[in-house]
Amino acid sequence: MLAAYPEGRKRSAVVPMLIYAQDETGAVTPELIAEVAKRCEVEPLQVDEVVGYYSMLHRKPLGKYHVQVCTNISCLLVGGEELYEHAKKKLGIGNKQVTADGQFSLEEVECMGACSWAPAVEINYDFHHYVTPERLDQLIDALRKAN
Amino acid sequence: MPTTLYNEPSPLETKVLSKRFGLENSHRLDTYLAHDGFKAFLKARQMTPEQIVEEVKTSALRGRGGAGFPTGLKWSFVPRTSPKPKYIVINADESEPGTCKDRLLMEYDPHQLIEGILIAGLAMDAHKGYLYIRGEYRYLIDHTDRAIGEAYSKGYLGKNIAGTGFDFDLYTHSGAGAYECGEETALLDSLEGKRGIPRMKPPFPAVAGAWASPTLLNNVETFSAVPNIIRDGGAAFAALGTPKNGGTRLVCISGHVNKPGVYELPLGYPMLKAIYEVAGGIPGGKKLKAVVPGGSSCPLLKAEECDIPMDYDTLAKAGSMLGSGGMVVLDETTDMVKFALRIMRFYAHESCGWCIPCREGTTWLRKILQRFDDGGGRKEDIPVLGEVSKNMLGRTFCALGDAAAMPTISIVEKFREDFEKRLAGASRASELVTV
Ligand SMILES: Cc1cc2nc3c(=O)[nH]c(=O)nc-3n(C[C@H](O)[C@H](O)[C@H](O)COP(=O)(O)O)c2cc1C
Ligand code: SF4
Ligand code: FES
Repeated sequence: MLAAYPEGRKRSAVVPMLIYAQDETGAVTPELIAEVAKRCEVEPLQVDEVVGYYSMLHRKPLGKYHVQVCTNISCLLVGGEELYEHAKKKLGIGNKQVTADGQFSLEEVECMGACSWAPAVEINYDFHHYVTPERLDQLIDALRKAN
Repeated sequence: MPTTLYNEPSPLETKVLSKRFGLENSHRLDTYLAHDGFKAFLKARQMTPEQIVEEVKTSALRGRGGAGFPTGLKWSFVPRTSPKPKYIVINADESEPGTCKDRLLMEYDPHQLIEGILIAGLAMDAHKGYLYIRGEYRYLIDHTDRAIGEAYSKGYLGKNIAGTGFDFDLYTHSGAGAYECGEETALLDSLEGKRGIPRMKPPFPAVAGAWASPTLLNNVETFSAVPNIIRDGGAAFAALGTPKNGGTRLVCISGHVNKPGVYELPLGYPMLKAIYEVAGGIPGGKKLKAVVPGGSSCPLLKAEECDIPMDYDTLAKAGSMLGSGGMVVLDETTDMVKFALRIMRFYAHESCGWCIPCREGTTWLRKILQRFDDGGGRKEDIPVLGEVSKNMLGRTFCALGDAAAMPTISIVEKFREDFEKRLAGASRASELVTV
């Protein structure tokens, strides 16, 4: 990853490195920040300050399955808001909360580039299009069973 | 692999950039080579950089990322003889609400994009490119990395490309969730490992962009159009559209239509035909209320303003923009208060907070709109919505402030009755529900 950037520009790898590492560790911890800072040859503070800026980086672990429901305009018009309300009930949690067993977390998200196939849901990095409440139930139940 | 498309194509499309979509293994290099792939690169290698730029100018291609700046002109600004290294940066942040087309170009035809980038490299004398892809598109980052790997292994990236003596390295770079990073200078800061805060312009990225070096930055679709332009000539591409609005573009139709989808249509295509024929009209035979012509940043058009051809200049004359190609169709049942609130919640959330008119303005507008939506709107708030928005226009550091203000102004001016129905004390407009 570091080799992609010009000489002396290792700082460029900070954001991608954080997000890939977070996928492994579950959250951005102080140890992770220190490690990324070391590899990218910057101060830990310079890594720390980007963590709060990017919405996909987080300091606390999310659920094993992070359910992201888009309610932005294209999704809103075809039931995205109702779908999000349904997801809250189904999972029994609110925005950015994690279920007690740590399996699921929920987030109301901004447009994720699936507007013409709305309403859209992304679970971890998997996109689901034309999602109805019934379809969402199926998806969640299947993940529950898989555990 | 990606042979099933997300939506059925329409027979009314003019397929230029999307002509390989739907072919079996359309994303593979072999498929690309069997269907005109890399012919344009070899042709461009025989041309001078000036000739390449001239051809792009002739094509009347305009940036597909949002602003619609003439691409050939932008290419001519990069000082190709500068002793500094030059970079090509591809904007694949695709975060403008309503927009979902760059995704398809990377998913179904990544080698077309790679070839467009290489041609830009020839024209700029650049040898490195960075494809900045929004973090939510991880599957596409992986997919594009595989395509890049394939191109390296067959000699279409790396050293001495296709035996021409030209070297080029291409890398993907993941974003991590921030709409603001789609703005070109914020994107460059993000690429450098910082928060995505816009930079003062000038200097423009063409002169001092990535790592303070001359940088050409265009949208995915803009680069994807280039192989067609070089192969078949700029004039042929220009002729598909209308004067100064060359070619075709991927129009993302969403909202209240029977067949939402991404369709490739020539510039100047009639908007009503796109809604009623390409996208199959409005469900339940309901009436059209409004259209967001090109992503959430664009002023809305009322139904009676939509009988126009879709090109940059006509949309500008109509007081709106063609933007990023995200066309959102709203039927008569749409509650414009709710719609305006959702737009403002987005901008308030995405404002990077750097300048006060944007940071405070979006928050204030969001609060007023929320109050309306909760049934507590006050009559005097209606003009306040317009005034606060107008005060943001042109007073913010980057275009996000304008992007938040413009649709709001249009909604309050054009759909005032929706706000009046929501005044405190007025019975909640039961007939107005978003379906
Ligand atoms: C807030 C904001 C967000 C933007 N988001 C994107 C985006 O997601 N993708 C994109 O290509 N351009 C986006 N742009 C436009 C870019 O700044 C830039 O104009 C464009 O990438 C240039 O490429 P083009 O000339 O090929 O359109 C955005 C602009 C602003 C102000
Ligand atoms: S206009 Fe908004 S997003 Fe742009 S720099 Fe100012 S605060 Fe940041
Ligand atoms: S508005 Fe929901 S994916 Fe674009």
